[in-house]
Amino acid sequence: METILLFAPLVGALICGFGWRMIGEQAACVTATGMLFLSAFLSWIVFLGFDGETYTHSLFRWIESGTFFTDWAIRIDRLTAIMLIVITTVSALVHLYSFGYMAHDENFREGESYRPRFFAYLSFFTFTMLMLVTADNLLQLFFGWEGVGVASYLLIGFYYRKPTAGAAAMKAFIVNRVGDFGFLLGIFALFWMADSIQFDVILSMGPELMETTFPFLGYEVNAANTIAMLLFIGAMGKSAQLLLHTWLPDAMEGPTPVSALIHAATMVTAGVFLVCRMSPIMEYAPLATNFIVIIGAVTAFFAATVGLVQNDIKRVIAYSTCSQLGYMFVAAGVGVYSVAMFHLFTHAFFKAMLFLGAGSVIHAMHHEQDMRNYGGLRKKIPYTFWAMMIGTFAITGVGLPTTYFGFAGFFSKDAVVESAFAFGGDLGQFAFWALIVAAVFTSFYSWRLIFLTFFGEARGDRKTHDHAHESPWVMLAPLGVLALGAVFSGVIWYNSFFGKTDQVATFFGVEYADTHAGDGEGGDHGEAASTEGDSHGSEHHYVFTSPPGEGAIHAAPGNDVLNEAHYVPLWVKFSPFIAMILGFLTALWFYILNPAMPGILAAQQRPLYLFLLNKWYFDEIYDAVIVRPATRLGRLLWKGGDGRVIDGGINGLAMGIIPFFTRLAGRAQSGYIFTYAFAMVLGIVVLVTWVTLASGG
Amino acid sequence: MTAADLAIILPEIVLALFAMGAMLAAVYTSKDAMAAALTYGTATVFLIMAFYIAVTGDGTRVGFGGMFIDDAFARFAKVAILLSAAAVLVIGVEAMEKSDLLRFEYPVLITLSVIGMMMMVSAGDLIALYMGLELQSLALYVIASLRRDSVRSTEAGLKYFILGALSSGLLLYGASLVYGYTGTTLFSGIIETAAGGEMALGLLFGLVFVMAGLAFKVSAAPFHMWTPDVYEGAPTPITALLATAPKVAAMALFARVVHDAFGGAVGDWQQIVAVLAVASMFLGAIAAIGQTDIKRLMAYSSISHMGFALIGLAAGTAQGVEAMLIYMAIYVTMNIGTFAFIMTMEKDRRHVTEISALSSFASREPAKALAILVLMFSLAGVPPLVGFFGKYAVLLAAVDAGMVWLAIAGVIASVIGAYYYLRIVYLMYFGDDREGLDGQMGTAAYIGLVGCAALMLLGVINLFGLEAPAAAAAEVLLR
Repeated sequence: METILLFAPLVGALICGFGWRMIGEQAACVTATGMLFLSAFLSWIVFLGFDGETYTHSLFRWIESGTFFTDWAIRIDRLTAIMLIVITTVSALVHLYSFGYMAHDENFREGESYRPRFFAYLSFFTFTMLMLVTADNLLQLFFGWEGVGVASYLLIGFYYRKPTAGAAAMKAFIVNRVGDFGFLLGIFALFWMADSIQFDVILSMGPELMETTFPFLGYEVNAANTIAMLLFIGAMGKSAQLLLHTWLPDAMEGPTPVSALIHAATMVTAGVFLVCRMSPIMEYAPLATNFIVIIGAVTAFFAATVGLVQNDIKRVIAYSTCSQLGYMFVAAGVGVYSVAMFHLFTHAFFKAMLFLGAGSVIHAMHHEQDMRNYGGLRKKIPYTFWAMMIGTFAITGVGLPTTYFGFAGFFSKDAVVESAFAFGGDLGQFAFWALIVAAVFTSFYSWRLIFLTFFGEARGDRKTHDHAHESPWVMLAPLGVLALGAVFSGVIWYNSFFGKTDQVATFFGVEYADTHAGDGEGGDHGEAASTEGDSHGSEHHYVFTSPPGEGAIHAAPGNDVLNEAHYVPLWVKFSPFIAMILGFLTALWFYILNPAMPGILAAQQRPLYLFLLNKWYFDEIYDAVIVRPATRLGRLLWKGGDGRVIDGGINGLAMGIIPFFTRLAGRAQSGYIFTYAFAMVLGIVVLVTWVTLASGG
Repeated sequence: MTAADLAIILPEIVLALFAMGAMLAAVYTSKDAMAAALTYGTATVFLIMAFYIAVTGDGTRVGFGGMFIDDAFARFAKVAILLSAAAVLVIGVEAMEKSDLLRFEYPVLITLSVIGMMMMVSAGDLIALYMGLELQSLALYVIASLRRDSVRSTEAGLKYFILGALSSGLLLYGASLVYGYTGTTLFSGIIETAAGGEMALGLLFGLVFVMAGLAFKVSAAPFHMWTPDVYEGAPTPITALLATAPKVAAMALFARVVHDAFGGAVGDWQQIVAVLAVASMFLGAIAAIGQTDIKRLMAYSSISHMGFALIGLAAGTAQGVEAMLIYMAIYVTMNIGTFAFIMTMEKDRRHVTEISALSSFASREPAKALAILVLMFSLAGVPPLVGFFGKYAVLLAAVDAGMVWLAIAGVIASVIGAYYYLRIVYLMYFGDDREGLDGQMGTAAYIGLVGCAALMLLGVINLFGLEAPAAAAAEVLLR
């Protein structure tokens, strides 16, 4: 079953991509979509039927060389199962949605076939993503990692006639290469240390690596920390974390379904998945996890601030994605991998939905993407409006704290925030406040998007507004399904991801035990017999006890954040709620009650506004510091090195020196016998002289 | 002079009798009318002799007190000489007929020349060497100027003769020096003196002069100057002969002299051979670029190829000699194929040799053009054609002998040389479309061209088992 699940998208991609001339365009697209739905169906069976025990199917041996070997394999554990349903569900829905969205595209000429190509790329992407999450070794994971990169490149640049799309595709690929370099180094280092890249082997080596050092860049460094850092650098690239985030907003040049699938729900979360997958090593790399928390928190904050002022509807959601990925990394960094996966899971639904909703708006507005030209669309496209509302409720985290009423994002975001607080220390405080502020901003820009798009007066081109129409059912149906996820995925699986430690442990197939007061931080419960010996009083205190490498996620001894997060003060539990309200009210004030306000504020705080509008000038800085010098160096090597020295040398030799000698030889060939005889005599004189000197000396 | 001695030189005797018999027969009967038949007959006799030598030859036999040696090395060279001479005779008949040059003296002279070549490769004595060399050369001087009414042909013959006389003089002077310092003309005697420690300077001088004479025969730079003029001036079928059989003979003789007579002083002659090799390769490659006449171009091409063959010799090892023999066999095959085409280049019923006449040849004669393409690529040493393996063998021999610089020089020279071979291909395929060659090609020439091209491709499989006899020949020479 897993094999069918895994290869159905590949088969779909091949049939669709190469066979569409034979079976026709429509049939090809239907085949690809059908394969995806099959895959999604099987994924849900796997997910729901999964009992927490990790199992591996080996397909066949891939590489064997000395002590090094890897298989093509399917490893199913809870992490994989979660990723499977996220990937295949969203992908299947995006395939379906694309029938409507890609039906007519003015980027292509009349009669040009682009849809089979699009569907084939989508299916190919899904296959490689599945390869990534089902890998049982780092090499297969890296194959998937690069495969999704390629698919992403192809899809961002799908409108290949648009120069901006081509540039964005290259940017995505190149920025990712930076991260991939770190990832590769991490894999090499792991192989060096462990002599294997099989998860079975390396995941159990966390404690050992913590005690080991190896020389790196001239320093003797801790193995666990260095490897974790290097792997995280890979994750930073793929998941668009700060410093390597610049490609994600530009990736919005791709068609909107692509943004929904790749740049919101699946590929960009691969980094989070990697960190969770590597949790048995991350847990023993405190420096690296602290770094992850910092990067995650700063990214969440940074992206949210930039999202405040963007005008392109897709860019707002893109920065929102970037920001939410920061949340996930904070959760992973503080050691609560289940919560990271929880947010990944819920985020996939509501973010895909927001993107598809945005796509629906864009579709209705004839590919207009500037929100300043929207307004008052709520009556024109009511279904889309409500879908977007649900998405916004979910992302802003609408729900009642301490109860089970709320949208998906409410549960997962609160879980992240609480975990950050429970982590404690300066770092925990920093992450907590960064996330809270980011939550205010998230709420603000999400509502800003809604208000600008659906409320107020119609702005922009009159005709476009008149022609605005609701999307066909193939586009609305996926929105409906995702809406279910955005509403219910949080509450249904709340306990599985962020319940009591024993529930989470069961869900993720990790052994757990009830600890006694003696080894908890509550040292005052000294009685070994007490089963209620816990710093928080009346409840059991469970901890993960699996050795590293067993179970889907791992918690090092002493990592009690998951437990602690349930006992944060009440004001902490309410703070995301307050942040959400605050953001909503500000947006309401700015865009409904007093629409002149944003303009005034922007004029008053012009430097700040420009700073945010220009995305903190990251692109400009990179351009000045990296791109331009690299271009200059390239130009120097090209014009100077290759052109002048190498080409010049070869050309000079071939067109100057050799012909010179040719002329010389031609002139020597005078036709006169005495010249020839003279040459012979000269030759023998030289030879005799040389032989004499050689033998004499 | 005993029966055993005569038995050793039986092939040479048979050929000599045949030559004289043919001459008499032709003079007393129909003269030139039977020239064609006589030519084919001569080729047949060559083939029979080649077959006889290849099949019956066994072991090493020495006759006439050491002056004549019949060993595996000599047999390898003789077979190559006879086969290539036969091939040149056959493919040349038609061209000779067209230019009204098919005289009955032509096959007779070639037979005499071939006897000289066979004498050369079997020489075990300086006198025998000189005798073979002169017999070969005199016959060639005459046929080079066979077209008596042409200024260029007679000029070519005269130049060849005078410079050849000069080189003979150098060689004789060297031989007398060698004799003076060793007291013997026998190679087996010379090697004992030469191997016994330090070589006397006079002996060294003698060696250099002998080698200069031999270098003239293989047209190695700087003793090459006659080659382009003679190649251009001589009738094309004769040029084909000059480029093939005598080169094999001279190269084999070169190998025999340096190994059989001076085998103990490898270090002394190795450097000279290497210098000759480098000079030839580069001169051949560079000077050919400026040529507009394909026969002159082939002259420089053969100079360059002799340079490569000399690399094998310069290695001074059995592997080197083996590589040299293989190289020569491949070289001869390539040249026969190429000349089979060149001698049929015709425009308006006139033989032309301008390279520019080949322009856009491929669009009119795709099959022939393809065959030439294969030959040119093979001459340039492009893998996977056989020509590449010849070059590879000599370069490998040089590297194994520790002469890496020589191998590198060889590679550079072959890169430069590739230019003019590729230019011919370029002209044929991408040249301006204009009036080009319009002549018909005879069957024999056609088979020669296509057959040789096919050999260049098929030989990749195992070089037709050439390696084993070449290795045996090399081994016997160095023993």
